[in-house]
Amino acid sequence: MTKVSMTVNGEAAEGEVEGRTLLVEFLREELGLTGTHVGCDTSQCGACVVHVDGKDVKACTIFALEAEGAEVRTIEGMANPDGSLNVIQQAFQDHHGLQCGFCTPGMVMSAAALLAENPKPSEHEIRDYLEGNICRCTGYHNIVKAIMAASGQDVSRIAAE
Amino acid sequence: MPKDHGIGAASKRREDVRFLTGTGNYTDDINLPRQLYVHFLRSDIAHGEIRHIDTSTAEGMPGVKRVFTGKDFEGVGGLPCGWQVTDRHGAPMQEPAHPVIAQGKVRHVGEILAAVVADSRERARDAAEAIEFDIAELPAVVDMKAALASDAPKVHEDLTSNLCYDWGFVEDNRDKVDEAIRTAAHVTTLELVNNRLVANPMEPRVAVGDYHRATDESTLYTTSQNPHVIRLLMGAFVLGIPEHKLRVVAPDVGGGFGSKIFHYAEEAFVTFAARQLGRPVKWTSTRSEAFMSDAHGRDHVTKIELALDADHNFTAIRTETHANMGAYLSTFAPSVPTWLHGTLMAGNYRTPAIYVNVKAVFTNTVPVDAYRGAGRPEATYQLERVIDKAARELGVDPVELRRKNFVTEFPYATPVAVEYDTGDYNATMDKLAEIADFAGFEARRKESEARGKLRGLGVNCYIEACGIAPSNLVGQLGARAGLYDAATVRVNATGSISVMVGAHSHGQGHETSFPQVIAEMLGIDESQVDIVHGDTSKIPFGMGTYGSRSIAVCGSAMVRATEKVIAKAKKIAAHLLEASEADIELKDGQFTVAGTDKSVAWGDVTLAAYVPHNYPLEDIEPGLEETAFYDPANFTFPAGAYACEVEVDPETGKVTIERFAAADDFGNVINPMIVDGQVHGGLAQGIGQALLENCAYDANGQLVSASYMDYAMPRADDVPFYAVDHSCQTPCTHNPLGVKGCGEAGAIGSPPSVVNAVIDALHSGGHKVAHIDMPLTPSRVWAAMQG
Amino acid sequence: MYAFDFVRPKSLNEAVEALQPEEAMALGGGQTLIPTLKQRLASPSKLVSLKGVEEIRGICRDDQGRVCIGGGTTHAEVAAGVPEYPALAALAANIGDPAVRNRGTIGGSLANNDPSACYPAAALASGATIVTNTREIAADDYFEGMFMTALEEGEIITEVRFPVPQAANYQKFEQPASRFALVGVFVAKFEDGVRVAVTGASEEGVFRWTEAEEALSSNFSPDAVQGLSVPAEGMIGDLHGSPEYRAHLVGVMTRRAVAAAG
Repeated sequence: MTKVSMTVNGEAAEGEVEGRTLLVEFLREELGLTGTHVGCDTSQCGACVVHVDGKDVKACTIFALEAEGAEVRTIEGMANPDGSLNVIQQAFQDHHGLQCGFCTPGMVMSAAALLAENPKPSEHEIRDYLEGNICRCTGYHNIVKAIMAASGQDVSRIAAE
Repeated sequence: MPKDHGIGAASKRREDVRFLTGTGNYTDDINLPRQLYVHFLRSDIAHGEIRHIDTSTAEGMPGVKRVFTGKDFEGVGGLPCGWQVTDRHGAPMQEPAHPVIAQGKVRHVGEILAAVVADSRERARDAAEAIEFDIAELPAVVDMKAALASDAPKVHEDLTSNLCYDWGFVEDNRDKVDEAIRTAAHVTTLELVNNRLVANPMEPRVAVGDYHRATDESTLYTTSQNPHVIRLLMGAFVLGIPEHKLRVVAPDVGGGFGSKIFHYAEEAFVTFAARQLGRPVKWTSTRSEAFMSDAHGRDHVTKIELALDADHNFTAIRTETHANMGAYLSTFAPSVPTWLHGTLMAGNYRTPAIYVNVKAVFTNTVPVDAYRGAGRPEATYQLERVIDKAARELGVDPVELRRKNFVTEFPYATPVAVEYDTGDYNATMDKLAEIADFAGFEARRKESEARGKLRGLGVNCYIEACGIAPSNLVGQLGARAGLYDAATVRVNATGSISVMVGAHSHGQGHETSFPQVIAEMLGIDESQVDIVHGDTSKIPFGMGTYGSRSIAVCGSAMVRATEKVIAKAKKIAAHLLEASEADIELKDGQFTVAGTDKSVAWGDVTLAAYVPHNYPLEDIEPGLEETAFYDPANFTFPAGAYACEVEVDPETGKVTIERFAAADDFGNVINPMIVDGQVHGGLAQGIGQALLENCAYDANGQLVSASYMDYAMPRADDVPFYAVDHSCQTPCTHNPLGVKGCGEAGAIGSPPSVVNAVIDALHSGGHKVAHIDMPLTPSRVWAAMQG
Repeated sequence: MYAFDFVRPKSLNEAVEALQPEEAMALGGGQTLIPTLKQRLASPSKLVSLKGVEEIRGICRDDQGRVCIGGGTTHAEVAAGVPEYPALAALAANIGDPAVRNRGTIGGSLANNDPSACYPAAALASGATIVTNTREIAADDYFEGMFMTALEEGEIITEVRFPVPQAANYQKFEQPASRFALVGVFVAKFEDGVRVAVTGASEEGVFRWTEAEEALSSNFSPDAVQGLSVPAEGMIGDLHGSPEYRAHLVGVMTRRAVAAAG
């Protein structure tokens, strides 16, 4: 076992892990941050996306020890300081961008990463960016719409409002 | 002006807050003190005789508590099948034993050979690798038609063959149908495959078993769509635990789509092992395990013939389907190709004579059971494809051919034993023409052609039987369960309400939509009502969520319970207002004496029920809580018309969905936002089936598409924004809300229009392709274009 | 996953030292290796993370005008960091998905040499040089078939040097599930000729389509390769496409790459 320490959602976090312990296992099992989910074992579904040093990564495809000293942000750290939903989270609720909720943490984290680098993405850019996030419930319609809305775009003309 | 609360309002989902902040409670988030972990050693051989298993090395490995094999389950019941189909000749289906852990033989890749329980996941897996076993490989049976050959190897040696049943429906129609086809002016024949799919909810299955020796109580936390069904099946048939000693909890569940209806071996195992070991035992499926242990869906091979007279009226339909059961009968498997499929073969059309033959076949593959739509997509696909083919053969407009044959008068009794209560198929087709912009299609086609692409428009209708189902009817059809549902409306002293419902919400938004109904009935704020579901210790009973039944069946139970609450509350109000009960009206949360300004608020009445100082104790009991069980009088029949526009790249065969429109009639709608979302999700799954998804086995029974590397899940860039509409509403005539259900429509209705559109595109490019089997991958479309 | 030791060297020398035992493996971005470990298809005794080896990260230009990319540079960094070689940047920008691109590295990709990966096509078509801790290897000598390379045990890719062509383009036809290349064709036009590399298609891994190279060297237009085709024999056949289909796509993607390269 090796000691690992990092900052998670602004707070210092440390623990003892094996070399093979994945970041997602450390978050879920050591820190009890169960908002980050595991939906596959081939690094494709994106339910586990978190931010490491500001970049979106799949927490199931990075070892905890690789995040030594990193700033990690998970879905639990996304709400506004007063606990209210942030702009992206609120847009997902407003536009019904989630159903079962399982892929949602990864979707929100990917959306946040996208909007950080591209504040007004087109529909095409959003769909392209979500290539690594699979949702089985929503058919993506309302996820794409929610992200457009979160970026301040008018979505009232999108079909099936 | 859209409503802002109650029935018909697009209320935002309250459950979203926990899901959006990472504070949901999914089964894998549950960890119990002293918990152990199980790793299942699964067969990598499709068919073989187990000669020898030696667990001694594994048992001595670090952290291992115990290793279980088939021997440990010899005295334990097998997994039961919940539906018995009777064949054409009146004989019951062949029903093999379905052990929790393989006994003597393995029959599909992924079957459990042994289970290691250890103090960590990785240690359990380490030990599983140390189990020594010797399996004598037998020839695998994979292809259904080959499985029925007289010399085919048998999946189950104690059965007479690999034929589960040979079902004819309606058997009395058979001669009439044969005659109609013989004498028809035109017969269109189509052979097609309804491809095997994997449901793939994003949350893999998880089960945690717990046991308290002092009270002899077992608890199973599991990813289920119907915890009471699991309690009944597992308690009564597998482990022999009476219901009062067995609690089943399905907390937040990350999607199901049918695959989490069934009772699985892993659930029985963790419950059993927890009792044996006196410690909690947890199993979390990997996605790789899910591919070989979750029940698969579809997998039909069908020949359909459609007969028409000289005026293009449909005169008869005859089908022959081979339906794959896999190696064992999953919980509701036999019902899918029969009662959920044959009864829908009339579609939206007046066809006087229909005969459906289904041969269900055992193969060395993962069991197949209900997946979103379950039988109804298979019926819709073959019917709507053969109609399109007929229109092309006859040189008529496929939409007009459909319109000409629509059922237009209701109720309508089909020749396949169901009665449609309401519908208006021309209205949904009219709406479709508008939202799909049929009028603009030719211009869009020209624009595509200018870019070197072929454009096609495909249309289809669908009808489904939902709100499953009248218990007395399904009992006659072989169901071994009732299919009612239940709700308890518990009014608290200060007027807030907890509703315990038998339906289970795993994405459907019941926690939001169900309170809308009660708030509407009582005239109180939605926030005053909470839904409790998913825990057998908290809710009265429930058959769960599948078959688009939650609002139609459980919602009706909730309405009935609320009506009882209102009736009692009026009695209390009448007492408080010193008026006659018959004069009491409830509106906007106020009980008023009709024609007066005398009123008492909802909260004052509920308080009186719990603080009965001024109360008619001689007439009624204190408290305000009512339960209702609702058994539907008939199925509900949502229906609609869908249109897909595709572009085909003639050089590569790649199909792009350019537009998709869905016009549905769901009857009355409780929350239009949620209904839209249900349709969107169904459409993506149907598009996935049509273009992307294929669960494939090789000739040796090895699963070829065993992960997302080879099983193509629809992604955001595979689909467009959809145009959906449910403004055509013919309310259901036999349930109190007039609702029909909307969960499966998208998945049922979309595959044929996608395929019809591709065929249309290819024809526009001069490729006279009659049919391509799903999924229409680039390579298949390209190959079809090569002729 | 099997248990292993995990070490995080800070320098190339430390990394090379750490990789001495036979059962040790280098960990680049891990986007292929970690899923492989989860399936227990590899059992290293030790994983040597290269993330901390700063000297093999980054992008620069050498005195021959080549784009030099450190082996530990991520796909996202390449996508944003080689404006002088837009075809290479575009290729990097379309590997996997954004989260994968933030971890996966060019060195890891080339060391693995997945037959459906994108980078091998770029390296081969560009005539790149793969630089390791011990030597320089020409791309033409580097790729030795599916998952096979000229790398020795313990050898680390420190840099990849790409000559910048006059015109280039990469066309990827994606396998619908994995989104890897079902067929990918990288066309690069240099002053002294055209190089065409094909990934995803062949059972032998990435290869140069010399017939197309010759035709394009004399006439760099889609018409020049219109009548050419690769034989289906030796092409991969699987759930997603027959050998004939892949052979056909090689022609289509080549023409499209030439057209897009302009």
